[in-house]
Amino acid sequence: MPSFSPEDWAAIRLTLELAATTTALLLVLCTPLAWWLARTRSRWRGPVGAVVALPLVLPPTVIGFYLLVTMGPNGPIGHLTTALGLGRLPFTFPGLVVGSLVYSLPFAVQPLQRAFESLGPRALEAAATLGAGPLDRFFTVALPLARPGFVTAAVLSFAHTVGEFGVVLMLGGNIPGVTRVVSVQIYDHVEAMEYTQAHWLAGGMVVFSFLVLMALHWLQPREPRP
Amino acid sequence: MAHLKNPILRSLALAGLALIGLQAQAGEVSVAVAANFTAPMQKIAADFEKDTGHKAVLSFGATGKFYAQIANGAPFGILLAADDATPAKIAKEGLGDGATRFTYAIGQLVLWSKQAGYVDAEGKVLHKTDWQHIAVANPKLAPYGLAAMQTLDKLGLTAQVQPRIVQGENIGQTYQFAASGNAEMAFVALSQVTENGKLREGSGWVVPANLHETIRQDAIVLKPAQGNEAATALMQYLRGDKARAVIQSYGYSF
Repeated sequence: MPSFSPEDWAAIRLTLELAATTTALLLVLCTPLAWWLARTRSRWRGPVGAVVALPLVLPPTVIGFYLLVTMGPNGPIGHLTTALGLGRLPFTFPGLVVGSLVYSLPFAVQPLQRAFESLGPRALEAAATLGAGPLDRFFTVALPLARPGFVTAAVLSFAHTVGEFGVVLMLGGNIPGVTRVVSVQIYDHVEAMEYTQAHWLAGGMVVFSFLVLMALHWLQPREPRP
Repeated sequence: MAHLKNPILRSLALAGLALIGLQAQAGEVSVAVAANFTAPMQKIAADFEKDTGHKAVLSFGATGKFYAQIANGAPFGILLAADDATPAKIAKEGLGDGATRFTYAIGQLVLWSKQAGYVDAEGKVLHKTDWQHIAVANPKLAPYGLAAMQTLDKLGLTAQVQPRIVQGENIGQTYQFAASGNAEMAFVALSQVTENGKLREGSGWVVPANLHETIRQDAIVLKPAQGNEAATALMQYLRGDKARAVIQSYGYSF
């Protein structure tokens, strides 16, 4: 009975690495951003919020195409990374991480922002009265209270990055073990008419996605029943 | 029509018949076109409509994807494939009419760079080590990718070049990798970088035909269009001088 080939396994491992790296970075980078969005009265709140949400509505090929061009030898990011001695990002794992950060950004920022918004001022004010400084209040009061938001952000970012296709296709160059993720591998199987292998991976994706969404459901604190 | 004595009624009936006749004549056929043949086919379809009154509705994409769609009941009338294997498979599986199969174009492979003077006239640049990336279409999916790998094999360069290969899913994407400058050069279809028989920009080496298997691009009439007059007319038109002139101007042969 056919099952996953070594190439399939390499793609699965790479996809999990990419999703884990992206999720970890997103949680770190998006926490201050979401905090600012949740609490600021700046007139920049609207525009910044819209930019954060852009990847939700843009086709991934648009994101991938612009990243390919801006990271290329004639693009601003390409100039920057070359000047910093990092070389160019397309066709590399770090390049895919950057693409995934952009692609999954709203899936991390928005749940965190909702969580911070729903905290309300009272707990933080109480902590302030008890003498807690701003950083202390953030780490010992706000973060623990916003825990469900972090769980949602982490699960959604991870799952969304696993499901990424268009951006990787545009940026990756389909290099085995470096940029060939599961979704691209499935695409290749289908195009090459290797439907059995395609079914194994595609079916795996369906099961995985279902389990992730179920996990999200279980991990959420329930509303107490009256 | 002898019983239609009234001349008005008679002319009306004739007009009606003529309309029906016109409808049968000005047919429509949907065509799945291999991505590399996009530009010439747009021109040919416009000429075809002007010359015959029939309309060809074009969809562009990868041949493998078209096969999957056709096998699952896509209503395409004609497939202009990027290879000869897919139409053969379609004929064998009864998804199309094998008798209509013919080679509408033979593709030419070119090693191309966006930079002028980068690729020399003999492709010696392949032996150099001062470049980082060469874009090649996935050889499993794209005939041009397969021809590129055969060429590297024949030149004995596969092992040396392999680590620097980046793959496009089709030659459109492969071209994009080189056109954006991210890969110094790419193996693409001559049709992608040629206009009126000349390179549009950059530099290129047309790979000699003896370095790889012939890239035969075959056409076939599919089941949904059996008996469709427009489909038959288009297959005929593709063999005509006018269409062939267009095909040739994009760097294909026959």
